[in-house]
Amino acid sequence: MLQLNGNKTPFEMLPTLVELNYGDAAVLDSIDLPAEEARRLMELGFLPGARVTAGRTAPGGDPRVFQVDGSEIALRRETARHLTVRVEKRRRKS
Amino acid sequence: MSGCQGCSAAPVVELPASLTGKRSGPVALIGPPNSGKTTLFNRLTGLRQKVANFPGVTVERHTGIAELDDGREVPLIDLPGLYSLAPRSEDEQIAYDVLTGQRGDTGKPQAVLLVLDSTNLARHLMLAAPILALGIPTLIILNMADDLRKRGGQVDVAALSAELGAPVALISARQGEGLEQVFRFLAGALPKPAPKELPILQDVPKCRQWAGRVGNQARYRAPAPPKWTRRLDAVFLHPLAGPLVFLGVVILVFQTIFSIADPAKDVVDRLIHISGNWVASVLPDSLFRSLLLDGVWNGVGSVVVFLPQVLLLFLFIGILEDSGYLARAALIADRTMARVGLQGKSFIPLLSAYACAVPAIMATRTIENKRDRMATILIAPFMTCSARLPVYTLIIAAFIPNHPVLGSVLGTRALAMLGLYALGFMAAVGTARVLKSSVLKSGRAPFLLEMPSYRWPTLQSLGLRLLDRSAVFLRRAGTVILLVMVVLWIMAHLPLTNGHAPAIEHSLAGTLGRTIEPAIKPLGLNWKIGIGLITSLAARETIVATLGSIYGMDPESNQLGLQTALQHELSFGGAVALLVFFAFAMQCISTIAVVRRETGGWKWPALQFTYMGVLAYIGSFVAFHVLR
Repeated sequence: MLQLNGNKTPFEMLPTLVELNYGDAAVLDSIDLPAEEARRLMELGFLPGARVTAGRTAPGGDPRVFQVDGSEIALRRETARHLTVRVEKRRRKS
Repeated sequence: MSGCQGCSAAPVVELPASLTGKRSGPVALIGPPNSGKTTLFNRLTGLRQKVANFPGVTVERHTGIAELDDGREVPLIDLPGLYSLAPRSEDEQIAYDVLTGQRGDTGKPQAVLLVLDSTNLARHLMLAAPILALGIPTLIILNMADDLRKRGGQVDVAALSAELGAPVALISARQGEGLEQVFRFLAGALPKPAPKELPILQDVPKCRQWAGRVGNQARYRAPAPPKWTRRLDAVFLHPLAGPLVFLGVVILVFQTIFSIADPAKDVVDRLIHISGNWVASVLPDSLFRSLLLDGVWNGVGSVVVFLPQVLLLFLFIGILEDSGYLARAALIADRTMARVGLQGKSFIPLLSAYACAVPAIMATRTIENKRDRMATILIAPFMTCSARLPVYTLIIAAFIPNHPVLGSVLGTRALAMLGLYALGFMAAVGTARVLKSSVLKSGRAPFLLEMPSYRWPTLQSLGLRLLDRSAVFLRRAGTVILLVMVVLWIMAHLPLTNGHAPAIEHSLAGTLGRTIEPAIKPLGLNWKIGIGLITSLAARETIVATLGSIYGMDPESNQLGLQTALQHELSFGGAVALLVFFAFAMQCISTIAVVRRETGGWKWPALQFTYMGVLAYIGSFVAFHVLR
């Protein structure tokens, strides 16, 4: 496992990308995936510290498109739940 | 840290004079996926390109020739897209090996064109350091300049060039803007900045930081988010409108194949008819004339007639792919893929199997997980390939009257065609489910799909695709199908009795057909169709040529068109049975050969052939008995 923690205290439970709704913005904290998969994600811009905005989803809510580092990348829920975030901004419900 | 590259103080990039010679290595195009590499490749080479495989592996290799102003010719090679120089899948390994000169068949590249998306420069710059460190003369191409400008972004090309120690060109391959700089580089006439030593960072976060710094030095201002892409996605990825648009697109494709392509088909049909009559009138009555007319004109001609339909299908695929909609379709379809246990990466090969299973099976090389790859290979031939299109179109037009179903939007024929595509898809999905829950069970690989911005497809790129497809289609008709037709004609004229050919029924071909007739009678098919089933083992559309040829030789039916002749031969139930048979059976030598090569033995192709054959037989048996 590749540990890419920011300043996380050991027992703190952070939300994951799955918990973001359309329009929510967050800062990526860590990727809890095997090194190869984490590297793939990082090459696409999912770096700890990067700002991620949740975009639209396929019908049924999965997979979801995320705006990160100038591009739009779709992730399945099963991958997104391994990426922890610190939520920055919730989109105001209209 | 890397060594410095080409530490000469020469004012221009020194391309060896041998660059344009025959024995030198090619100029390699490299870059991340979606950076517009292929568009640039098409711009530089035009029609002077060809697609082949790397020897030993089935990763497609696009090579071509760019002609410089002074008439010199530069060989180009378009490599698979990569995000980093750490190879993981087969196609990335190939790109890496070519760049480092480890593949003897191409030779070490003499120069590199590194194509980056200027609208996403900071991230794409991560690839620049490892590529420049290879020490090959490199031009850094910032593509999509038009998009960058329109969305309010900017970059200082001279500063970036100084920062990286390599020439930089800001271009738009789609618009043809700035291409002269690429040609000047190829001619060795582009000024070269002082080389710089760049850090090679294995650590992705550090590498991204470096790229960000370089971007800042070059005063890079990222463009505003693509407004139109967001607006269009609001519709195409809408929970309700999205799937409806998806369905609408599919219906439109099938409806046009019957409505718009039909007049075009009639024109081709008439041309073939007229030229056949002309040949018949100028040649003396001889065996050769009979071979030409029955084999080539009635046989191969009946397949060539379907060129407009096939081209229309590829035009649609081209528009969907070039515009960026295909990635959204992949997203919408992902749930289905996940449910049957396949990963998202299987979707693109399966989608290209709608054109042809052979490139689709080759495209599975991008799937790292061996079991997922195997499952994708095994189900790919169920997807309705374009070789089935002539068979489907012929039988549907002969047996299903065209009535409107949804006004003028959808007719019964288009609906029948849609049903056949759905049938193949369901067979694929069902098979995948069985495979993935039994012999090919595996853990899931992550699904990562980049959504490109929407773009207008260009006429040039669509035109190139259609030309390419026409060549493939006609080459098949002129080789495999022609060969089968000649063999068929000979078999239909033997054994000679008193120097005369027998009636078809008693010829070798007829005997063969009548031998298998007991086996296909339960499907509502007779011995003539039986001959077609045998010849279609070479390639599916050969059955159309075969029937055209047989009916042409038979005095009872040679005055009827192929459609009318079929109506005399088959009941409605038999026709549907035949359609179902073609939806399921694996009648394609090329596919069998490529599966054998990809799986490294006869076990899987034999299994696949048997499985699909049994399914085809049972399916058409049921269809015939239900509809009789």
